[in-house]
Amino acid sequence: MSSIGTGYDLSVTTFSPDGRVFQIEYAAKAVDNSGTVIGIKCKDGIVLGVEKLIASKMMLPGSNRRIHSVHRHSGMAVAGLAADGRQIVARTKSEATNYDSVYGEPIPVKELAERVASYVHLCTLYWWLRFSETDSHYHFKLYFFVFFTSITYCWRFHRPFGCGVILGGYDRDGPQLYMVEPSGVSYRYFGAAIGKGRQAAKTEIEKLKLTDMTCRQGVIEVAKIIYGVHDEAKDKDFELEMSWVCDESNRQHQKVPDGLLEEAKAAAKAALEEMDAD
Amino acid sequence: MDQKMDFNAPHSMGTTIIGVTYNGGVVLGADSRTSTGVYVANRASDKITQLTDNVYVCRSGSAADSQVVSDYVRYFLHQHTIQLGQPATVKVAANLVRLLSYNNKNFLETGLIVGGWDKYEGGQIYGVPLGGTIVQQPFAIGEMEDEILKNHCSIEHCFPGSGSSYLYGFFDQAWKEGMTKDEAEDLVKKAVSLAIARDGASGGVVRTVIINSEGVTRNFYPGDQLPLWHEELEPQNSLLDILGAPEPMNI
Repeated sequence: MSSIGTGYDLSVTTFSPDGRVFQIEYAAKAVDNSGTVIGIKCKDGIVLGVEKLIASKMMLPGSNRRIHSVHRHSGMAVAGLAADGRQIVARTKSEATNYDSVYGEPIPVKELAERVASYVHLCTLYWWLRFSETDSHYHFKLYFFVFFTSITYCWRFHRPFGCGVILGGYDRDGPQLYMVEPSGVSYRYFGAAIGKGRQAAKTEIEKLKLTDMTCRQGVIEVAKIIYGVHDEAKDKDFELEMSWVCDESNRQHQKVPDGLLEEAKAAAKAALEEMDAD
Repeated sequence: MDQKMDFNAPHSMGTTIIGVTYNGGVVLGADSRTSTGVYVANRASDKITQLTDNVYVCRSGSAADSQVVSDYVRYFLHQHTIQLGQPATVKVAANLVRLLSYNNKNFLETGLIVGGWDKYEGGQIYGVPLGGTIVQQPFAIGEMEDEILKNHCSIEHCFPGSGSSYLYGFFDQAWKEGMTKDEAEDLVKKAVSLAIARDGASGGVVRTVIINSEGVTRNFYPGDQLPLWHEELEPQNSLLDILGAPEPMNI
């Protein structure tokens, strides 16, 4: 499959003759080049894990966090261009707190995922869009700007976000896991993976019996998968970053406790050695 | 009569409004008198307004203010329900009411009781009195802070939720946890009727709304069917009924 657009890929507002928007597909490639990010839904919560490729030995361990809490009950792991990811996380946090202050309850994860997807999608469109902190009805605001831009000829260039996001949260309808792609598409999953090793990771996730697994066991499994898909030849070092939101964490999104994290890393390394030994 | 009757004074609902939770839902009750000064503008008004299928609100204070607040909240809740894909919770409805009441407290004069049923928390009652506080209670009767009213209300106004002050003692004695639906409705009916007997700003009929998992039931109890309390007189027939209608004059 030729991935060269040849003239139809210069702008995100151009369709190709066979109905593709190449800029969005290229944005997805930026995500594919990033370290693997995994999310799984266990029976009592969500576990997120990131293979954080270390660019230089001078970096402090624990810096450049890839997993962020967006609200008390939910967290988001980002893959792709870090700066774009920062923007999405900031917007998501803002959406979550705004919903809470208007409606008086934590934002349902489904609603949050829809808003993230809506935001990501909007930024694949051409107009210059100004977002106010209090605005949460994008579509209404967008229609305003249609009139404005046509009258004032306010053109700005725009590219899609070069990052994909896995959003996991635990609300009163139980734990839920969503993934949002750079095109703005969002689906609910019981297991999701993006980044370099996603194919291998997905295969591994499918082998797991997630409905019987607690998050404690899930953490070990995620660590094993990430260590398993890490390519020793191409990428040197990586740091494993994990978070969870489950009954054990009191339905709050938080880093996996250090003790459990060490246990998971040890188990993952042991599993790797076992594989190598075969 | 010394007092001038000002028919253009703002319509106020002196009012008795009550919200009570029971085992399985809530019962909301209200009287039906809307007054302008001492004139009863509407003796059969409906003070219990629908916000969504499962959430209703009892209105008191300025009739206009409470109607406008209910209309806005109904509109927001409608949009919210569509976005959410399922019925809104009572807490969300009450919070929207509270935000409007609080953020516009300098302009509004309305006390509201939000009550309803949702699948997560069951039956709930939230009181949203004058300043825009929100308090969840097992039962709510009109205002909590009458002191504020005394300071800023002039004589022509009626205190929002005035009738309810007469009920605190009654509820202290009669309220109990975990009532059945019929017990709760009887309690509400009795309470409103007691308040009507003593409060000049409350009167007319008693309306109740019962909300539970099965849905909503509206009931109506006309004034002449309510029990008579201490020193209340039996209704008298009007002389017009006794003597018959007079013959039209021939000129």
